[in-house]
Amino acid sequence: MKIGYYPGCSLTGTAKEYDKSVRKTAEVLGIELIEIDDWNCCGATSAHITSHRLALSLSARNLLLASKQGLKEILAPCAACYSRLSLSAEELIKKPDAKKEIEELLGEEILEIPKIINLVQLYQRVGAEKMIEKKGTGNAKLKTACYYGCLLVRPSGLNSFDDSEEPQSMEKIVTICGAEPIDWNYKTECCGAAHSIARKDIVVDLSHKILTDAKTRKADIVITACPMCHTNLDMRQKDIKKKFDKHEKIPVLYLSEFVGLSMGLTKEELGIDLHFVPFESKTV
Amino acid sequence: MITEEIIRNTSQNPNICYQCGKCSAGCPIRNYMDDSPNKIIRYIQLGLYEKALNSDTIWLCAGCLTCSTRCPKEFDLAKFMDALREIALKEGIKVKEKNLLKFHKAFLNQIKKHGRAYELGLVREYKLATGDMMSDVDVAPAMFMKGKIGILPHNIKDRKGMKDIFEKTEVKIK
Amino acid sequence: MKVGVFICHCGENIGRTVDCPKVAEAAGKLPGVVHSVDYKYMCSDPGQNLIKQAIKEKELDAVVVGSCSPHMHEKTFRKAVEGAGINPFLCEIANIREHCSWVHENKDEGTDKSIDLIRYAVEKVKRNEPLTTIRVPITKRAMVIGGGISGIQASLDIANAGYEVVLVEKEPSIGGHMSQLSETFPTLDCSQCILTPRMVEVYQHPKIKLMSFSEVEKVEGFIGNFKVTVRKKARFVDDEKCTGCGDCIQNCPIKKKALSEFDENLTTRTAIYVPFPQAVPNIPVIDSEICTYFKNGKCSMCVKVCGRGAIDFEQKDKLIEEEVGAIIVATGFKLYSIEKKPEDSPIKGYGEYGYGKYKDVIDGLQFERIASASGPTEGEFLRPSDNTVPKKIVFIQCVGSRDEAKGFSYCSKICCMYTAKHAMLYKHKVHDGEAYVFYMDIRAGGKMYEEFVRRAIEEDDVKYIRGRVSKIYEENGKYMVKGEDTIAGVPVTIDADMVVLATAMIPQPESKKLAQTIGIPYDSYGFFNEVHPKLRPVESSTGGVFLAGACQSPRDIPESVSMASAAASKALVLFGSDFLEREPIVAKVNENICAGCFYCKKVCPYNAIEIKEIPSKNGKPVRVVAYVNEGLCQGCGTCNATCPSKSVELTGYTDAQIFAEISAI
Repeated sequence: MKIGYYPGCSLTGTAKEYDKSVRKTAEVLGIELIEIDDWNCCGATSAHITSHRLALSLSARNLLLASKQGLKEILAPCAACYSRLSLSAEELIKKPDAKKEIEELLGEEILEIPKIINLVQLYQRVGAEKMIEKKGTGNAKLKTACYYGCLLVRPSGLNSFDDSEEPQSMEKIVTICGAEPIDWNYKTECCGAAHSIARKDIVVDLSHKILTDAKTRKADIVITACPMCHTNLDMRQKDIKKKFDKHEKIPVLYLSEFVGLSMGLTKEELGIDLHFVPFESKTV
Repeated sequence: MITEEIIRNTSQNPNICYQCGKCSAGCPIRNYMDDSPNKIIRYIQLGLYEKALNSDTIWLCAGCLTCSTRCPKEFDLAKFMDALREIALKEGIKVKEKNLLKFHKAFLNQIKKHGRAYELGLVREYKLATGDMMSDVDVAPAMFMKGKIGILPHNIKDRKGMKDIFEKTEVKIK
Repeated sequence: MKVGVFICHCGENIGRTVDCPKVAEAAGKLPGVVHSVDYKYMCSDPGQNLIKQAIKEKELDAVVVGSCSPHMHEKTFRKAVEGAGINPFLCEIANIREHCSWVHENKDEGTDKSIDLIRYAVEKVKRNEPLTTIRVPITKRAMVIGGGISGIQASLDIANAGYEVVLVEKEPSIGGHMSQLSETFPTLDCSQCILTPRMVEVYQHPKIKLMSFSEVEKVEGFIGNFKVTVRKKARFVDDEKCTGCGDCIQNCPIKKKALSEFDENLTTRTAIYVPFPQAVPNIPVIDSEICTYFKNGKCSMCVKVCGRGAIDFEQKDKLIEEEVGAIIVATGFKLYSIEKKPEDSPIKGYGEYGYGKYKDVIDGLQFERIASASGPTEGEFLRPSDNTVPKKIVFIQCVGSRDEAKGFSYCSKICCMYTAKHAMLYKHKVHDGEAYVFYMDIRAGGKMYEEFVRRAIEEDDVKYIRGRVSKIYEENGKYMVKGEDTIAGVPVTIDADMVVLATAMIPQPESKKLAQTIGIPYDSYGFFNEVHPKLRPVESSTGGVFLAGACQSPRDIPESVSMASAAASKALVLFGSDFLEREPIVAKVNENICAGCFYCKKVCPYNAIEIKEIPSKNGKPVRVVAYVNEGLCQGCGTCNATCPSKSVELTGYTDAQIFAEISAI
């Protein structure tokens, strides 16, 4: 199976382990990832909150490049990129006028708008067998809090693949991997996302609430599929501890790392050693 | 002058909001805002555009889409907030949450220059703009060590094209 | 033939987009038209007099009125015409309102179109024949579908007037939702205390035939002459022999396999059961889904203990035909459930309220059962999860109502009142308890309603918070209810022990199917439509079928009862005459050319075509032709369109008339 790949900026820097583990697991699953040539940043939050046309153009350029490469489907592992690219694709499909305007700006017509999928959808598709190829690995019986954050399952529009209030798709995957998903309240609550630097105080409060609920419900780890969530939940735990004395550390893993462990890949192969809060697997 | 015309261009009808406050009730940032999100729509309904655009609420909105997903009237408030911010910038309204805007500007400048985010450039520009030199000095070395902040920018090939897109679509701040 | 044309402005309704004087002027020049005028309100008394006078003075033979839809005022104008001595069927309506002014904006075009519409009508009326109305006998017997408070009231009213009633109820007992309620607003009188005597009265009334555990399967015929097929579902208990002693229920070993429908799933019930002790009729039903006998034949405890030999495992559904002249539909409502539903359902459920996963997040009817003295807690306020007294209850209004995203845009109307009642009942029993109500608007229009809500707030200290709740989640054994007080503009989170959702009133899930069976219109939600929202609120557009209660739109008890009495009086008006006059718009067969192929018989939806033998002089049949039973024919014209030899025509709408209309285009 071949699929287009849009890593997005985070995966080339702050979330390089996410990129590493996505590529590694894809390799094991027999999926060939074809990176979009010369892709650009989707504009993230900063673009769409200041100029709608800018945000649309930035995403559209990526869609154009992908369609020129003949890619019908693009994997965007970053939830924010996934949200921006699919919302833009939706707008271009629904509004021919907007599409025309953007095409004039880019100087080229987008012949076929590719479908954007996220990592959860990709794993859902390959099925259970391959994800647990080698047994007896790192995450058996781990109590797992699956954290969707905000952008993965919202809004429930064209690209919706799971319920926006009570999503279950990640739970199904971690169950296949031998872990025990917990039922908790904060799986779709926002971590503060792009406010991480300018309003760290907000991010610390929100992330603290999320991690506390996971802890209270006896989670061993939190799983996420978003580099922004990961940064806030993992890197900010130091700041959380500073503000909330009672905070107990909890490791936060990318979904791909988690799946990789159950495939028998090592922590180093998956980049788990790059996290701020170390993850000590129970059985390894 | 912010007119009804400009507001109408947001392509959503603010009159459909019946002020139930479910958006505010679920907003994760609500506690940090001066005005509740539903009040922003109320200001617009009453024609008090300046009040809406001067509120820090529109800048604190994190765009998490919780409000849009739960709105019983299917009003996309997150998208509406985008539109209001854009209007505020165009109209040269002073942004209360200065640092947030400075962050977004610094972020976009990297994209304009390199095509992709450049962490070091972003941090440098943001810190110079805000004068906030001390925050996150503890995590930065670790980020370097882990290779999460690159020394060099990630340049794309078609940087001219990128600059072109920005020049045609960027909102020029008054 | 001298035709008169009368153009109505309908106030501004037509006048705004049609130049009425110009239309009248143009009509005056049409061939055959000898008189043409316009007037502000043609349906008013002076307007009608204008027509009558003109008929006399100008010696008119036929009349065309350019006005609203014939549904609205055809009768009015035909009556006026008849009053002036012309056969009423020589009056035609050109609909220049619904078909023209209401749907167009350009006045010039509207005017031109109106002139066209008048011209067609003039061409038709010139070919109209005088017709006489048909008289059909009336079956003075009514059927009431649904045995809730509306159906009970309607049945009693008709029966007390001396006419027979067949009351059909799909559940094992009559009583409906009202029998589940604790106290009723705004007087706080006990619901069962006022309802059960009426239920017994129904059961004992010599004029009422009660068919419980039965459903309407087929409706044939028309006003005054319906034939209804009712499916009497197998109870597996012989209602002739059963005395309702309850021994079978006491001894049934299957105690916990089914949830009690009457207690809204808060308790369980046996396999052989009556829904509640005061059930009418007090005859049990066997739930064959869970009964051991139906599974493997191994148990027959009920047979053993029944002294009357009333248990009959072999009983089958029975189809029973009833002939009635009027039908009152009173099928009531259901409550919206917050559970997750399939993608295509209009009910989306509330994920943010847990999709029903929290045991102590209940709906209004469940709260009624908890508050009721006959309920699972005998009226003590105990929450379902652990049977403790909740010290803090949050009530949330408008769940599924006024919510296009998750449910329906309409207001369910009764929730404001029953929520105030719930909070009040709770505060009266749990003195140290706290009650919070999240609302959007308080709608308390009704006698003593507003006063009732104020009492809850002012005297019972119920805290009203204006805002919708965004999320409910569980934390440390509490239900965290996240809302916003939109008046103060502050976020509010309440750590509640129990949450009560005032979920929307929705039509019964089978309402659309029933409407199709009976042949009455319904709205997009599945509520039955009345023929006129103001002036004919209890009549469906199908003659002889009347509506009562919450099957028409959300209603409370007083309104349902009023509607039921109104519907009953409509049936009684019908029964006041021996014959029914019907429009003579029926099919007629030209026996000379009919080939007897009977395609018409195959397509007729009303079974109105019969086979007629034409005898020769010696009395022996020579051939067969189609014959139209005028009593059954509804004038739909299907036979007319189907007939290959063109030997069936519709009176009043003959081919010649229709062609004349078309040619005038």
